[in-house]
Amino acid sequence: MENWRNHRLTFGIFILPPTFWLVVFFTAPLAVVWVYSFGYRGPSGQTYLGFSLDNYVRAFDWLYLGILLKSVWIAIVTTAICIVMGLPLAMGISFAPKRWRNILLLIVILPFWTNLLIRTYAWIAVLRTAGYVNFSLEWAHGNLDAFFTFFGMPELMGTFEPLEILYNQKAVVIGLVYVHLPFMVLPLYTVFEKLDRAYLEASLDLGASQWRTFFSVTVPLVMPGIASGTLLVFILSMGTFLTPDLLGGTDSVMIGNLIAQQFGPARNWPFGSAISFVLMYATFLILWARATFASQKSDLGI
Amino acid sequence: MTEKTEFAASPIITVENITKVFGRTVKAVDDVSFDIMEGEFFALLGPSGCGKTTLLRMIAGFENPTSGRILIDGKDMDGIEPNKRPVNMVFQSYAVFPHMNVARNVAYGLKVTGTPEADIGPRVEEALSLVQLDGYGERMPDALSGGQRQRVALARALVKRPRVLLLDEPLSALDAKLRELMQLELRRLQESVGITFVIVTHDQDEALSMADRIAVMQSGVVAQLADPSTLYEFPTSRFVADFIGKTNLFDGKVSGTSGAGEIVVDVSGIGQTSIPFDGSASGEIALAVRPEKIRVLKEEPSAAEGVVTIPATVSQVAYYGDESHLLLDNPTGVMITANVPNTSRSTRPRAVEGDKLWLSWDAADTLVLDR
Amino acid sequence: MSRRATNRPTPLDYFRKRWMQAVIVVNFTFLYFPIVALIAFSFNDSRRNITWQGFTLKYYEKAFTNNSLHDAFINSMIVASVSTAVSTILGTMLGIALYRYRFPFKGAYEGWVHLPIVIPEICMGVAMLAFFAAIQIPLGLFTITVSHIAFTIPFVAVVIRSRMSGFDRSLEEAARDLGATEWQTFRDVTLPYLMPGVVAGALLAFTLSLDDFVITFFTSGPGSTTFPLKIYSMVRFSVTPEVNAASTILIVVTLTLTLFAMYIQARSGQRSTHD
Repeated sequence: MENWRNHRLTFGIFILPPTFWLVVFFTAPLAVVWVYSFGYRGPSGQTYLGFSLDNYVRAFDWLYLGILLKSVWIAIVTTAICIVMGLPLAMGISFAPKRWRNILLLIVILPFWTNLLIRTYAWIAVLRTAGYVNFSLEWAHGNLDAFFTFFGMPELMGTFEPLEILYNQKAVVIGLVYVHLPFMVLPLYTVFEKLDRAYLEASLDLGASQWRTFFSVTVPLVMPGIASGTLLVFILSMGTFLTPDLLGGTDSVMIGNLIAQQFGPARNWPFGSAISFVLMYATFLILWARATFASQKSDLGI
Repeated sequence: MTEKTEFAASPIITVENITKVFGRTVKAVDDVSFDIMEGEFFALLGPSGCGKTTLLRMIAGFENPTSGRILIDGKDMDGIEPNKRPVNMVFQSYAVFPHMNVARNVAYGLKVTGTPEADIGPRVEEALSLVQLDGYGERMPDALSGGQRQRVALARALVKRPRVLLLDEPLSALDAKLRELMQLELRRLQESVGITFVIVTHDQDEALSMADRIAVMQSGVVAQLADPSTLYEFPTSRFVADFIGKTNLFDGKVSGTSGAGEIVVDVSGIGQTSIPFDGSASGEIALAVRPEKIRVLKEEPSAAEGVVTIPATVSQVAYYGDESHLLLDNPTGVMITANVPNTSRSTRPRAVEGDKLWLSWDAADTLVLDR
Repeated sequence: MSRRATNRPTPLDYFRKRWMQAVIVVNFTFLYFPIVALIAFSFNDSRRNITWQGFTLKYYEKAFTNNSLHDAFINSMIVASVSTAVSTILGTMLGIALYRYRFPFKGAYEGWVHLPIVIPEICMGVAMLAFFAAIQIPLGLFTITVSHIAFTIPFVAVVIRSRMSGFDRSLEEAARDLGATEWQTFRDVTLPYLMPGVVAGALLAFTLSLDDFVITFFTSGPGSTTFPLKIYSMVRFSVTPEVNAASTILIVVTLTLTLFAMYIQARSGQRSTHD
């Protein structure tokens, strides 16, 4: 690596244009929003500049705090499900024969390369009242009903009530898990791949069962991967907009939707700006916390 | 070091016609059978790829044999998981759990098999004492040296009082000085605890110095199974002669017998020599002489019965401090290695390049092997 | 034991154990079922979407002849092409600068430059909207493109950075030693090595731009709808097989580009090991 002083011209040529672009078209917009967050809304939706913290205070108002907390809750549930699904999957792939691993990873990642919008709304067809899930349940119900009727118990199954699993929190969680699973599997896979199998063999050799080995040895040793994955999935889920917009209902309005509302129909840009920054601060806080803990617990000699 | 000559009559491990094939073509172990006696220090020795580690892992239960049986204490181990076998293993990388301190590591095997809490503490201390790590209980593995971690791994396995302890290349990661120390240490440990040790190693020094019996393996088969001195002085194949210790090999042709128990061999550069040999040999064979059996003399010795003598010129000297290894040009056409102990502190080296010397050895010290 | 001794999985052979295989199958079904169903039913001769009524390409016909969809696709292509061109150049410059030079506050600078990757898209989207409104630039293809460039530059820089980390500096030093100027060294030694990374970065930028919804949503104006935006409005209206057809088209395009990018990276990886 070279000192910029020795190559001022070249350094300048390389670094100034992108910096310029990012300052003007990234930082400046954020600065605008930041300034707006201290302003207030005019009677017909205009934005007036000011120096008040009212917007921030309002953001923590009961009504909006509820949305904040719900977003956190949904993010937590999504992350938890991703861990439960992703951990065995990452483990399985890492124990596959070498030649297969990249292919399996590719299969996991491939859906990720399709459009987020499409991936999300594909679930509408699956979850709606006339969708695949209910269709299969109805089919099963019908068969069981016929079965019991044949044996003289026609009323046992009752009528079929389709599951309400669209336009509510359940759908949003399913959609979020679907979109973010690769973000959990990949970091976990990287850690699993580096895991010395001898630790697991030693545990088995000393008398532990597979389950015991998993919880006492495997999980603690892949914790860094779980941490990375959790971080990614949690942050991405908290800031999500499209999934609750398409799959959610009144019980699943998240921060992202709230912000969109303020810049859309509600026409309250100052308030929207404030919430935007609350979300950004929360994201940075989590990242910073992770960075501090990561350097504290520097490797366990793994 | 005492040489154990009495063992319990019953074998504790029986390997019966074990074959292991990986994939469809890689035969790692080929129809191997032998017994390991209770209480002995047994070594599986061989170059990498000879199948010794695979065999060890099959005994531990981490690989399944393609055919054949393994019996431990008379019981067929087919289908028995590693955590249910009465053996414990010390892994090459030690595998000391990095997220637990020393005491918890050692206690692990006791905890997971339901040993009562009250018993765990004292047994852990007993085990740490055995490997001379008293007081190290609270330390974390990343604060320990390689040698110390190995002792933790030993304690962790021994605390379970297994019938057999398996060790996979236990000394390969240690530096030379520590290795020598640990060789004695492991031997002492085995004698005091009294259980059967089975080690896998590619280092013949280790095997010779520690084991009661050694199975020398090559390409999936056992080339020879015997105690160290038998392997060294009476190898049954060229491979074993070459693998264990250094040896000088000459091609020769049997030209007849000169009496009972003797054969006459014609070696180019030496001429016809009578060599005591009990078996039958004919045609083209190989003769081997260990370097330390060769006497290096400044003057031509007088001819004697049963002694082979040839002139030689020093080509290279390798100085090892306690001894020097001489590489000598000689009439046979094969470079001979002879060892000369540096028994005095004289400043002049005993031999230099270009010196003309005489080599002499007893014909009885010559090994007869297949070409 | 139901399996023969040799076929039984060893204790750590998790991949071959039945329960693990079930886990993997379930996960893969979960991951692929919605998309596969979506694609499959774009060929379904039925509006109701669930039961198979017969194979048809009529919804693809409808999609191809849908003028607004057509316009949206053209818009997406224009935006993606322009933004990729600019973003690749700027991103490459940034990547090289970060790889090569030490300068004061580099740590902070790097953190700042990677922010667009970390910040929730919704925050960036509304920020762009507020910005353009404040400086009174009307929303349209221009604002979309400018925003796309801004958020894709860091991604390109990351790809370039990672490509450069495998670069042997002594090649540059050898060129300098033989008399080449800085520019000649860059043109003749560094750039050729960098090329696969540049191509990969470009393809990444293209895909990100083509696929983007949230930022585009806030920076587009009337008459400047992009393909994903159009699909969104179709979805909001009602989910019909035509939407499926349009979606399938988008999937095929992005997937092809992505696989192509990976192919190039794989080949360049092989070639450099043969050098």
